[in-house]
Amino acid sequence: MLRFIARRLLQVIPVLFVIITATFFMVRFVPGGPFTAEKAVPPEILRNLEAHYGLDQPLWRQYLNYLGRVVRGDLGPSFKYSNRSVNEIIADKLPVSLELGATALAVALVLGLGLGVLAAVRRNRWPDYLASSVGMLGICVPTFVMGPLLVLFFAIRLGWLNASGWYTLPDRILPALTLGFVYAAYIMRLTRGGMLEVLNQDYIRTARAKGASEVRIVLRHALRGGLLPVVAFLGPGIAGILTGSFVIETIFQIPGLGREFVNSAFNRDYTLVLGTVILYAGLIIGLNLVVDVVQVWLNPKLKFE
Amino acid sequence: MRRPFLPWLLCLLLGLAAGCLRRESPVDQGVRERILHRGLAADPAEIDPHVISGLPEINVATALFEGLVAEDPADLHPVPGVAERWDASADGLTYTFHLRADARWSNGEPVTAADFVRSIRRVLSPTLGADYATMLYVLLNAEAYHKGIQADFAHVGVQALDPRTLRFTLEHPAPYFLSLLTHPAWFPVHLPTLERAGPPEQRGNPWTRPATFVGNGPFVLTDWRPGELLAAVKSPTYWDAAAVRLAAIHFHPAADVDSEERAYRAGQLHLTESLPVGKVDTYRRDAAGPLQISPFLDTYFYRLNTTRPGLGNVQVRQALALAIDRAALVEKVTRGGQQPARSFTPPGLAGYAPPASLDRDYTRARALLAAAGYPGGRGLPPLEITINSSGNHRVIAEAIQEMWRRELGVDVRVNNMEQASLLASRRTLDYQIMRADWAGDYLDPTTFLKVFTSDSSNNHTGWKNGEYDRLLYAADRTADPAARLALLQRAEALLLHEVPIIPIYHFTTVRLVHPSVRGWHHTLLDRHPYKHVWLEPVP
Repeated sequence: MLRFIARRLLQVIPVLFVIITATFFMVRFVPGGPFTAEKAVPPEILRNLEAHYGLDQPLWRQYLNYLGRVVRGDLGPSFKYSNRSVNEIIADKLPVSLELGATALAVALVLGLGLGVLAAVRRNRWPDYLASSVGMLGICVPTFVMGPLLVLFFAIRLGWLNASGWYTLPDRILPALTLGFVYAAYIMRLTRGGMLEVLNQDYIRTARAKGASEVRIVLRHALRGGLLPVVAFLGPGIAGILTGSFVIETIFQIPGLGREFVNSAFNRDYTLVLGTVILYAGLIIGLNLVVDVVQVWLNPKLKFE
Repeated sequence: MRRPFLPWLLCLLLGLAAGCLRRESPVDQGVRERILHRGLAADPAEIDPHVISGLPEINVATALFEGLVAEDPADLHPVPGVAERWDASADGLTYTFHLRADARWSNGEPVTAADFVRSIRRVLSPTLGADYATMLYVLLNAEAYHKGIQADFAHVGVQALDPRTLRFTLEHPAPYFLSLLTHPAWFPVHLPTLERAGPPEQRGNPWTRPATFVGNGPFVLTDWRPGELLAAVKSPTYWDAAAVRLAAIHFHPAADVDSEERAYRAGQLHLTESLPVGKVDTYRRDAAGPLQISPFLDTYFYRLNTTRPGLGNVQVRQALALAIDRAALVEKVTRGGQQPARSFTPPGLAGYAPPASLDRDYTRARALLAAAGYPGGRGLPPLEITINSSGNHRVIAEAIQEMWRRELGVDVRVNNMEQASLLASRRTLDYQIMRADWAGDYLDPTTFLKVFTSDSSNNHTGWKNGEYDRLLYAADRTADPAARLALLQRAEALLLHEVPIIPIYHFTTVRLVHPSVRGWHHTLLDRHPYKHVWLEPVP
């Protein structure tokens, strides 16, 4: 297993290199630059700014300089937030996105797994219909509808919570519910499907014949197999949920990295675009590796190959 | 047997709710503790007054710094700030400011004339790349120093005669000079603080962090969490601290207008920065409610690329300008109380009456188009309006597209672009007709008219007119205010006759103001000196 992990980690280097290179040149070939604004900067000032950030050098040299810096762990200064470095912005905002993501993930797992197992065990009876309807709703209702509805009820009508912001602990509740609900819906449907398949297997029938209790059968024997599709989904799912959601962060005014990532592209904040892309790429690669390991552990039919 | 989860979750939620039932809202708490909660249209990228350019940043900087003159809260006319009095020479070329003895930085040091000289030197230093350095070009030799033609700062028209006397020498008389001084580009910064944090005349100096920040305004920075909150508390060292009634201001950046409005309704904000168009009518029904609509010194217009066939013909441009029903546009499309624009400069600039010439006149428009050789639009190369996708640009463009098609028979396409790409093709004149807006920086027509001189870096229309340049140059060298305004009026009449741009409407600021907010006036530049603002409990 260690050899498997080591080999996969070695593959990360060329993958990241390709991603950095492609992103670097793509953002540069997009029209506009970090200093284009409705009120244009006079050409003399523009030249000074470009010289300050080294944008006046040939592109290939800028690229090499950037690679050199990244290797040393320095993602450069941000163009938009002129007194902050990209490292600082990520260090500031990633924890916020992680906190939101982790809370939402907890909501998604508790709700999704619970309803999924329930629906499978009570197949084609009212708990199944109820859970399936909730799941359908979660998939169909977009976050930008769900979020404002929750705000309308809990913040404006009842006055229990803030409508937006990230000031106190209760401010985490509504965004986490909104973001978690979507993932809960997918997890619920995958769990239900996985469980139904497993519950029809011979070894479950054997367990029943031996007189094992229903709770033991579900939790001990069926769940492990039933979770396989969920785990496959969770790899990219967790990456998505942890790296921040532009929509949720905008609706709830959360100072997370997801919003920064999208806006950096609009602002042509070259270094911030690259910094966040590198971070996200690393996260996705890492989480996919974890999922592969977990899948082998859950499913004895798979091997580290 | 697993218990169902849903009832369990509901129990949890209800339990939680019982714990924190309806609490005192931040707005009510703010009234009690004299903390103003203000929404900002965007997350301030920087608050260094010499580097900032956007309105959200300016609205923060005016709380943290004070220039030689300050602004009257009602109409923004210059009132004593760091300078307690000033005299101007008869020819309008020399201004002498006498600084008050008790003007202090937030670290307790006195604000001196030398601080201003060094600050102006910083703004004009070519390495800083200050967006608004051009605002200081009114000073003698400032432009030459900034562009590196004149290397010796001693030649620039600013001089500290003694620690409390500052003399400015101007390039040309400027009746609006005092009004210029209220712009952040003229604010002083504490150079020793900057030097400790990094090279003061380079970008990226991190001195504006709460730990190192030093300012001279009525409030001082205490907390800055980007994207979340920027907090300033009343400064005990401010010379007029006795008059400052707020204990603190919390700025809340709101990237999204809808969530800002929800935050207002949830009692989190005293002031929003804007209001979604769709909500204006709802709030308007309540006349005594929080809705505040006031004129804003900003004009929405279309640039015409005069280097293109068809648009190069002045009669075609005039026809297009006359075939827009602006009244219908602001009433049915923008719906925020905007004024139809018959000129480029908005109304309300003291003493200046813009020549209003762009009324809707379909008959004349058709005649002009025919005279240009395109009767009924026949033979005219197809036109294209370039817009960016945000806001109401698309609906406005579609309304105008329909007016031109219906009234002139002109075929127009609407081309949608992302903002930065749009600005890039504007610079290379790679467009035909493009949406634009221009916000004034100070209360004088020149803040608008100078945009379209031949050497302006904001012209972007290919239109160059020697007579126009000459009129503006002559106005700058005319000391008599009435004669000067007459020259500016002639210049604008020329601009509107030549139509390199089609003015469409003058903006309004539309925002929600909580009834507890007092001392908050309608001002043309949407600036509100915070030392005159206070909060009072609503019965």
